[in-house]
Amino acid sequence: MLNSIRNLFRPKKSEHMPASVAVSTAPIPEVELAELNDKPKVKINPPQLVVGTAQSVGIQRDHNEDTLFALNAILADGNTDLPFGIFIVADGMGGHLNGEIASGTAAKTLGEYLVTHFYLPFMTGQPHSEGESIHEVMENGVREAHRSVVNDAPGGGTTLTAAMVIGDQVTVSHVGDTRAYFMFQDGRMEVITQDHSLVRRLQDLGQIDEKEASIHPQRNVLYRALGQSEPFRPDIKTHTMPGFGYMLLCSDGLWGTVPEDEISEIVSSAPSPAMACYKLVEAANAAGGPDNISAVLVQYLS
Amino acid sequence: MPTVSGEKSILDTQRITQNFNSSQLPEKQLQQGSVVVNRYAVQEVIGVGGMGSVYRARDLHFPNAVKLVAVKEMIIQTRDPLVRQTIVQNFEREANILATLDHPAIPRIFDYFSDKERSYLVLELIQGKDLEELLNQSQANYSEEQVIQWAIELCDVLSYLHNHKPEPIIFRDMKPSNIMINQNNHVILIDFGIAKAFRGGQKGTMIGTEGYSPPEQYRGEASLQADIYALGATLHHVLTRKDPRLEPPFTFGDRPIRKINPAISIEMETVVNTALNYNPLERFQTAEAMKEALIMAGRKTGLLNRMPSVPSVVVPVDGVRPLWVFKVEDEIRGSPVVEHGSVFVGSYDNNLYVVNADTGAFEWKFATDGGIVTRPVIADDLVLFGSEDGKLYAVSSRTGKQAWTFTAEAPIRSSPVVAEGYIFFGADDGYLYAINLISNRMFWRYKTDSGAVRSSPIVFGDQIFFGTELGDFICLNMSGQVKWRSKAKRAIISSSVLSQSTIFYTSLDSMLYAVDAKSGYAIWRFRMGKGSVSTPCIAENYVIAGSADGFIYCVDAGSSREIWRSRTDNQVSGSPIIHKDSVYCGSADGTLYCLEYRTGRQRWKFGTDGAITSSPIVYNDVLYVGSTDHTLYALAA
Repeated sequence: MLNSIRNLFRPKKSEHMPASVAVSTAPIPEVELAELNDKPKVKINPPQLVVGTAQSVGIQRDHNEDTLFALNAILADGNTDLPFGIFIVADGMGGHLNGEIASGTAAKTLGEYLVTHFYLPFMTGQPHSEGESIHEVMENGVREAHRSVVNDAPGGGTTLTAAMVIGDQVTVSHVGDTRAYFMFQDGRMEVITQDHSLVRRLQDLGQIDEKEASIHPQRNVLYRALGQSEPFRPDIKTHTMPGFGYMLLCSDGLWGTVPEDEISEIVSSAPSPAMACYKLVEAANAAGGPDNISAVLVQYLS
Repeated sequence: MPTVSGEKSILDTQRITQNFNSSQLPEKQLQQGSVVVNRYAVQEVIGVGGMGSVYRARDLHFPNAVKLVAVKEMIIQTRDPLVRQTIVQNFEREANILATLDHPAIPRIFDYFSDKERSYLVLELIQGKDLEELLNQSQANYSEEQVIQWAIELCDVLSYLHNHKPEPIIFRDMKPSNIMINQNNHVILIDFGIAKAFRGGQKGTMIGTEGYSPPEQYRGEASLQADIYALGATLHHVLTRKDPRLEPPFTFGDRPIRKINPAISIEMETVVNTALNYNPLERFQTAEAMKEALIMAGRKTGLLNRMPSVPSVVVPVDGVRPLWVFKVEDEIRGSPVVEHGSVFVGSYDNNLYVVNADTGAFEWKFATDGGIVTRPVIADDLVLFGSEDGKLYAVSSRTGKQAWTFTAEAPIRSSPVVAEGYIFFGADDGYLYAINLISNRMFWRYKTDSGAVRSSPIVFGDQIFFGTELGDFICLNMSGQVKWRSKAKRAIISSSVLSQSTIFYTSLDSMLYAVDAKSGYAIWRFRMGKGSVSTPCIAENYVIAGSADGFIYCVDAGSSREIWRSRTDNQVSGSPIIHKDSVYCGSADGTLYCLEYRTGRQRWKFGTDGAITSSPIVYNDVLYVGSTDHTLYALAA
């Protein structure tokens, strides 16, 4: 009896049409409707990260100087539900072997530092390191990474973009011109790091325009990099993760080659972050693959 | 340095210099007592440069007199022929340039020779310290007079170089570490490694020092105005103590000198800003012109000829008149609240006062047995507030008739907050109390093991946040169980504020903390000059709080980068509030400040006759604030 009443009010299954079909008769434009349909109807518990990565030497280079690192964990006990992740992309420079050594040693050193200072205490249930803040530990970790580059790859240098997710907050430390992006549920894409490159600064000052920047002889010159002159300070900033959105870390082999709207399109249409990364790398290579390509894509299900 | 097209490279000089880091040096350094070319007996390392060390040595050709010289060494370590060539060229260039120069601010050169894989310059020994070392040694600001004197001397030596015949010499590397201040407090320019005779319009490799070089130097263009810019950058660093190498290039304009060091005159700031123009044509065209401007600045501010200086107060102090004032019997230390057209405020005279918000007319008062320092809260028809007599009072907000009281075991200095049908407040007995608003019974209480709870709790979702006397910051759930705790080094008296998922509070340990509200992880700490009891407020992505060092600080919520700081004349124990695009904050100097919150620029200020320790409140564009001069003020916001 109850069921039959329920059935009266419940729309028939067959009335559930795919969004594209429904749109043809709906007064709402497709974009907005898609947005509405995308709105999460359930709360994911516990909130979690879904991670994909991809890397390629590119078409025009003969060796890879990029390094990426990803660690994804979760702790949930009903009282505290915390996703945890460490994600790093580094792009080495300096020619010969030192470029790859620089990015590798920097990413590994910082990765180990963060694992020791956050991941292990996180697992043993001591949620914070006494006295030091996340920003301070991050900064010390980047300094360690800098020292490791100076020691292991003298003359080399590397960019470093590292993101550590705890709960729904992510702390990003950044040096150089690797980038971190947020991609929101509505398709907006926003770069959350600032390139430490000369042309970026000259552009900001209105001394050169985007076109001039793309052909500037010093377009690859960074004013800040690990392994190079001190003193320097990484940019460190904490953000709230975009709910049901993505965070993308990538080297300039991706962002310098594939336009942002194409990146956004690939990510939103891919079935998984791993497939998205694969397609991003493919797109960069299809566009000539002038440089090494690394991408780490983190989806946040809250 | 050739780079494969598309590959990244770093500024040339760094490439060359950083191959040599100090950790690799000691074994290569000459030992004390070693004698170079049978003539220079090494006494001590006095500097480590990019290419090798600099030693103090005694010249043994003068056996009967102690003649000390500086021996600058260059070791060619690299096997890269291009780098090697660049180093050798720079070294020889330095020797050749110095040999032709004769100026009191330039060291004399005595000798130049090679010995095995090392080459040496023997120079006049400068007794003194370089400016970078001096800057690192102390935190005290140099007086404007001192900086002007050095700046004029630097203009003189630049003028000498720029007028060099047959071709002008561009120094190209003006920065604090290349400026020695000798024992007589005069400047000496050192390290001519990259100075270059200049032929107009010449393009060259990019060279120079990150942070101090002008934009055009990155295009490979060298001009006399590049040295002017670098001098401006150096002066900016000295006056503000903000190292430009720690900031993105060409961002001096984001760090106005007088904002950071208010003691500097606007004239001096203008001179430095002119030197720092992006466009070389808008800078001083010659070192002489800059020197002239420095002298003018010194005259104008009276530094050079002791003429009286001009105060630069923009806003008249007494330009603001209160709409009304209301006098009570003792100090007002707590914050007011406005409801139903009435202002509720507690006083140290034991009374809660209620006055008409429009006119300031007395409506009623309610007497307790202790001073009232808490901010009242209105819930339904009740006004709730704690007293030093240890009681929480619930009084009809219309009639002033007592409804009920709840007794804690010690004075209540933590302001109550109402959420989910409960009242939460702390007391000096070390408990945080949760009282049912309907039954007025205690639901639970949580005993801290870290002393009195004077910090007013805040509630967000199912979390309650507050601090304790011994520096614990505690997050409870609605059942009074600890979710997490985070630690400061001293008492947390301030209340907290939550934005996104981050909670901000200050402590007497002089830190402003940002803590992840979900996990309790400290995200960052921002150090202020002294301890703080000021509750931060949030505007856009800014966190603003006061400190006992007399400053109101504004920092970026995500990065803890300081946006601005504004000076008051005494401790800032009051809490700032935001209204429209202004921040309002009281200080123990008795003044209420109204600042533009994005820039910290003062809009107006209003003086009272006692310290302002509480937070103001704005209601219908009227600002209400109590002062320890026994007065409640209403001002147009």
